This record gives sequence, structure tokens and C-alpha cells, in this order.
Amino acid sequence: MNNKLYEYLLMLGDNSMILGHRLSELCGHGPNLETDIALTNISLDLFGQVRSYFQYAAEVKGGEFTEDTIAFLRKDREYRHVLLVEQPNEDFGHVIGRQFLYDSYHLPLLKQLTESKDETIAAIAHKSVKEARYHLRFSSEWVKRLGDGTDESHQRMQKAIEHLYPFIFELFQETDIEKEMKELKIGADLSRIKEESMTTIGEVLADATLKIPESAPRMAKGKTGIHSEHLGFILSDLQYMQRAYPDMQW
Amino acid sequence: MVESSPHIENKQVEQALWQVSDPEIPVLSVMDMGVIRKVNIEGNKVYIDITPTYSGCPAMDTIADDITKAVQKEGFEVKVKLVLSPAWTTDWITARGRQQLEEYGIASPLSAELDKQALLEGGRIVKCTNCGSTNTRMVSQFGSTACKALFQCEDCLEPFDYFKCLK
Ligand SMILES: [Zn+2]
Repeated sequence: MNNKLYEYLLMLGDNSMILGHRLSELCGHGPNLETDIALTNISLDLFGQVRSYFQYAAEVKGGEFTEDTIAFLRKDREYRHVLLVEQPNEDFGHVIGRQFLYDSYHLPLLKQLTESKDETIAAIAHKSVKEARYHLRFSSEWVKRLGDGTDESHQRMQKAIEHLYPFIFELFQETDIEKEMKELKIGADLSRIKEESMTTIGEVLADATLKIPESAPRMAKGKTGIHSEHLGFILSDLQYMQRAYPDMQW
Repeated sequence: MVESSPHIENKQVEQALWQVSDPEIPVLSVMDMGVIRKVNIEGNKVYIDITPTYSGCPAMDTIADDITKAVQKEGFEVKVKLVLSPAWTTDWITARGRQQLEEYGIASPLSAELDKQALLEGGRIVKCTNCGSTNTRMVSQFGSTACKALFQCEDCLEPFDYFKCLK
């Protein structure tokens, strides 16, 4: 049981961490100062959530595990995030598209987790759900502004959505661990999340004059540890300090 | 209704806590901020629960350290614990805290309803901290920190932060 809870916490934490890392790559590179600050603030929120999940995961796992060893010292196959969040920044359309699609899943996920039978998960969700509301607000406004903007912004936003949309289906694909957590009323019911998420996506894309892509869903296996080559590059950056200077503190 | 700051039976401890502020908003004591949730004193030991404003608030570790040092200075042993539930809300900022925010140049949070109008519907209701005009507009939903939005006054042209309502 503890091991499964641990794995479930990794799924929750890793999505926030890898997305937070992608956003942190934009620090100082945002299209303008305000957006730069907004994206790094969202990144910070996500990292705050990661810390809460990993502190708890370390407690559940016991022994030598700490939030830092969990974050920095796992091998690529041990990360449990979905492929959507590891997609590269490309252009601002991709950054916003990835954020929006994830937020539209993240908010209903956290809403459900506020009712988790696991008190710590419920407390983290209560805290994070307020932040996720701001994130979704921010990303959906930008999807609309870009989609319903100039010809170029429309095209680029549409292109980003075409690329990213097929990845969302992995979010709703239930793994054995998620199924068990759902049955124990610790975890969320992905089918209910899917409903709310797809409604949000449909409404926002319509407002943004964007088309919902017809491309086939990508059935990825990020949650079981199978990732794309992007992860290797992310980890070489993310883990560099801990690998080069083990147990460093500052 | 959760109290914004807890009752503290020991005056020394209470006064020490009033001296600690958020490093990002130095005018505001952590007591007025509503981040101190519980203080238990058992003889020489003080147990303090604090709660973060936002999960990623980078100031939390510093605040915890500052609290520990301030109370240790009074001769106590201190244990600070971070609690997430119930989650912090801007309602816990005291009236005095709000006033101090305004004086510092940060517009204090409006009610949830008005906050929505200001942030989402372009409502001109946030009062400029420089000249008092409400002819202001939101420049960015995220300001210098995650808890604030950036506004600008259309009358005196001063940019200022608005502390977003969090409920
Ligand atoms: Zn003014």
C-alpha cells in the first residue's frame, strides 16, 4: 500500500515539477516582462506544490528518502509525469497551449483531491486549487488572445494546439495505481476529470476561434516511466547540481 | 471563521513574533499577515504552526528561520511546523495589515466579487496607492510575486501592486 501511495504521489508531483521546470527555462526569456514574471510565478507555484508532495512522499517511503533525493536523484524511468508536460517551449503559442491543456486537467484534478481520504493530499489540494484557478485563468486568456488575434498568432496557436492536443489523452488513461487510489478514495476519478476538462477545452478553443484537432490520441506511457528523449535533456539540466556536488546545500 | 492571529499566552513570545516580517513586504508583521496559526507553549518549549500564503512562496523558509531566531532570543526552545490546512486566505490579513500594505504602496485585496471584476472584467475599482484614483487598469495578472497583480493608475500614471484576493 505505502509503495503505491508513494508512486501516486510521484505522479502528482512529477507533472508539476517537469512543467515547472519547462516554465523556469523561460525565466528572463519571456516575450515581455509581465509575461515573463507571470510564467515564472506559475513555475514557482508548481514547485511549491512539488515540495509538499515530495515531503510527504519521503515520509511515506521512509528511510533515507528526502524531498531532494526524490526530486533530483531518480533515474529517467522512475519519473511518472505525462509526456504533455515535457514538450519543449518552441514558441509562446506552445508554452501557452501546453499550460492551458494542463491547467484544464489540473484544476478539476485538484478539486477532486480536496476530498481525498488522505488528509495530507487533501490539504495540499486545498492549497493548490486556489493557485490552479489563477493559472487556468491566465492561460485561457492567452489562448483566446492569440487564437483570436492576428493571422500569424492564430496560425501559430492552432499549430501548437495541433501538436499538443493528442497528448492530453494520456492524462485520462487510468493506470493500475490510479485505479486503486480511486477505489480507496485517496485518488481522483479520471473519467470525471476528463468530462470537465474537455468542456473547458471546447469552450476556450471555440472562443479563441481555434479548431479542435482531429488527430488521433497519443497513448503514451509516461505515468509508467516511458518518456520521450526530451526527458534526458531536462534531467541533465535539472539534476546537474546534485549529481556534480552530491548532498550540496545552500 | 478562523481567527486571523492566534491567542498567545506569553507576552515575550507574542512580542517576538510581532517583530518578524515577510522579507518581501517588510512593513507587515507575520502576525498581521495571518501566517501564524497556532502557538503552544509548554514550559520552555514553544511550538509554532505557520502556513504559507502561496505554496511556492520563496519567503517561507526565511520566515520560519526568522521566527525561530526571534523566539530563541527570548530564551525559548522553538519548533516551527508548516501546516497547509486550512489554506491561507487574504481574509486573514488584519485591518491594520491592510492599512500597512496600502501605505507601503500595495493595494490591499478587495472582496472576492470585486476582485473578479478588477482582474477579469477590466473593472476600474482598485484604488491607486499613490493618488487614490480608481481610474486604474490591470497590466499583468501576476506582479512582482505570485500573490500580487500589477496595476497602473491612468491619472497619475504610477504603477503599483495589488494584493490579489485568495479565498
Ligand atoms: Zn494614481
